[in-house]
Amino acid sequence: MSKIALTRRNLLKAGAASGVALAAPMSFVRGAYAEEFCNMPTGSTVTLGFNVPQSGPYADEGADELRAYQLAVKHLNGEGDGGMLNTFSSKALKGNGILGKKVEYVTGDTQTKSDAARASAKRMIEKDGAIMITGGSSSGVAVAVQGLCQENGIIFMAGLTHSNDTTGKDKKRFGFRHFFNAYMSGQALGPILAEELGKDRTAYHLTADYNWGWTQEESIKNATENLGWKTASAVRTPLGAGDFSQYLTPVLNSGADVLILNHYGKDMVNSLTQAVQFGMRDKQVNGKNFEIVVPLFSRLMAQGAGDNIKGILGTTNWNWSLQDDASQAFVKSFGQEYGFPPSQAAQTCYVQALLYADACERAGAFTPPQVIEALEGFEFDGMGNGPTLYRAADHQCFKEVLVVRGNQNPTSQFDLLDVVKIVPRDQVTYDPSIFGGELGPSDVKKC
Amino acid sequence: MDALLLQFLNGLDKGGAYALIALGLTLVFGTLGVVNFAHGALFMLGAFCAVTFNKLLTLEQVVLDPEQKTAWGTPLEIRTPYVEAWLGDFGVFLVNYSVPVSIIIAIPVMLLIGVVMERGLIKYFYKRPHADQILVTFGLAIVIQEIIKHYFGANPIPQSAPEIVAGSANIGAWLGLEGNIVYPWWRLVYFGFSVVVIGAVFAFLQFTTYGMVVRAGMRDSETVGLLGINIQKRFTVVFGIAAVVAGLAGVMYTPILPPDYHMGMDFLVLSFVVVVVGGMGSLPGAVLAGFLLGILQSFASMNEVKNIFPGIDQIIIYLVAVIILLTMPRGLMGREGVMEE
Repeated sequence: MSKIALTRRNLLKAGAASGVALAAPMSFVRGAYAEEFCNMPTGSTVTLGFNVPQSGPYADEGADELRAYQLAVKHLNGEGDGGMLNTFSSKALKGNGILGKKVEYVTGDTQTKSDAARASAKRMIEKDGAIMITGGSSSGVAVAVQGLCQENGIIFMAGLTHSNDTTGKDKKRFGFRHFFNAYMSGQALGPILAEELGKDRTAYHLTADYNWGWTQEESIKNATENLGWKTASAVRTPLGAGDFSQYLTPVLNSGADVLILNHYGKDMVNSLTQAVQFGMRDKQVNGKNFEIVVPLFSRLMAQGAGDNIKGILGTTNWNWSLQDDASQAFVKSFGQEYGFPPSQAAQTCYVQALLYADACERAGAFTPPQVIEALEGFEFDGMGNGPTLYRAADHQCFKEVLVVRGNQNPTSQFDLLDVVKIVPRDQVTYDPSIFGGELGPSDVKKC
Repeated sequence: MDALLLQFLNGLDKGGAYALIALGLTLVFGTLGVVNFAHGALFMLGAFCAVTFNKLLTLEQVVLDPEQKTAWGTPLEIRTPYVEAWLGDFGVFLVNYSVPVSIIIAIPVMLLIGVVMERGLIKYFYKRPHADQILVTFGLAIVIQEIIKHYFGANPIPQSAPEIVAGSANIGAWLGLEGNIVYPWWRLVYFGFSVVVIGAVFAFLQFTTYGMVVRAGMRDSETVGLLGINIQKRFTVVFGIAAVVAGLAGVMYTPILPPDYHMGMDFLVLSFVVVVVGGMGSLPGAVLAGFLLGILQSFASMNEVKNIFPGIDQIIIYLVAVIILLTMPRGLMGREGVMEE
């Protein structure tokens, strides 16, 4: 009968053999699992899909989004000055790509049309091997692409989308939004309106007749009525109406002393310009100065409205004039790269790209359910919006909201918005159940 | 009463734009028989003549100040407009009046564009079916749009009316009505301008020998040709005039609607409806239908009307077109035989 001596050499051999035995099945399982999900990176690179409006009415915003994504890719790959990588509270990103793989990207043109956006996202997923889709400048597009990504098991990091529906009734497990929403605009703007304009006001809403306009009208109406304001009327205007004169003239005799323009983009530029031409900023009603409010501001759109934007109150997700270290780092990187400051669309897209990469690093994998888990409930700071929570219940970021006013004395062509107040996160946080919707499953999918 | 008056005025200035664009479309169709879908692009090009002129007037001398830095650490740019530096008060005056002054630039530019468009492309499609004409002119419109977008971007570019007409006129006081009934000065100017341009085109066609030959050519170009008149050459000039009319409509519309690359397309479809309602080939019909549809569209947008017929403001023009074409198949003032073969 042979006897196995318990020597140091035998113990090491047994240990090594046990290690191999234990590790081998795990690696096989992991490999088998990895092959199951769509566009698993197998080489030395990982491909991200930037789906932005490169043509159509929001092409300028799309161009700024693309610049931000390109800058994010540079920073992720360890090029440039690192931008917000230096200020981001999570230190998982090392500037060596994502999980050691160099970041590459493909682009698509949403044309600000839901069908075109879905088609370009589909192409990036099926032909270009994009593991994540991000971008866009419209809630209609965001909801459409988010649905497609859910079907394909691809993570969607939304760009500029402000409708409550994106993370409300149309929320999806694979979709994440960093940008704020219409409800938050109402909660942030309401108290400032009461403070500046008083509680005895009558508002008249002109609302873009689509998904985003409706949710914004509802949110602002609720917020102002809770403060004691009355609503004279809420009129829907066709998207891209151009000449709003026939919708503006009834305002003059409605008894309203505040006009709320639930318009964005070109519609906002046109309706605001025409409202000013109709003398609404020089008018007195009910013994008070008539006021105009634009709940969602964009610096790029403010440029289109010219002097008419001066003194107008609204909200924005972020502005380049913020003085915190993260905003300054991003403005410096972006300004040195392109010669002008970034827009709020650029900031949200840049942050979304970094957040996705960081989630992969923290999860230690590209596997979508693990990345989703890493993003859900993630608390972070150092991205220009103060302490931020990616809420698990609806995949909405909760952070500070800026109430801004059109700058009366701009010092440059970019200095268009004055930050009136940075509204803390608690004031804009709400119960996720109020907007309904279901996130759905996080199952991995094959392409 | 106040609301009705204001909506009527809205209809007049909107109708003025429709009438000016439809007038040019009808001129081209009546003389050359071409359905020109690039006509909206001419309206947009006119607007961009005003934008370009304003940009030239506000060109700035840029000096870098190393003592001051931007937020991204580069030296601050100190900008001084050349025109104001060189011409002083006159430079300020020019910038203030850049929209009306750009009419002087827009007339030759648009005439040239119109002639080049006709000689370079449209003339090859005279004898082709209308479907071919529509396809090629629509394609041309898209090309022009994309060129403008490439150079000027996709966002609207605001243009200011001269300060003297930047505010609102107290219409109520003029008419002895109670209440503060105001209407933007520039919109009143636009209505007056459209009436003057329409009058000038009619006077040109009615009271000049050139116009008489064109009218004769619109009736029977073959006979006019047999008389030894090169009617084709005159029709080329008419195409240029139509381009100028659309261009001027665009120039003067810029303070009302900040121009962007797509503004022509927004007006084009409605203008075609105006032409059809007015009667194909009828100049007075185009003008009448332009104002009629503009006014009806404004009244349909009143809350009182929309409460009874929701969404009527978005379909009124097409509804009226259907009713008119059912009861008067040639439109309001259409001639027998035009597009009927």
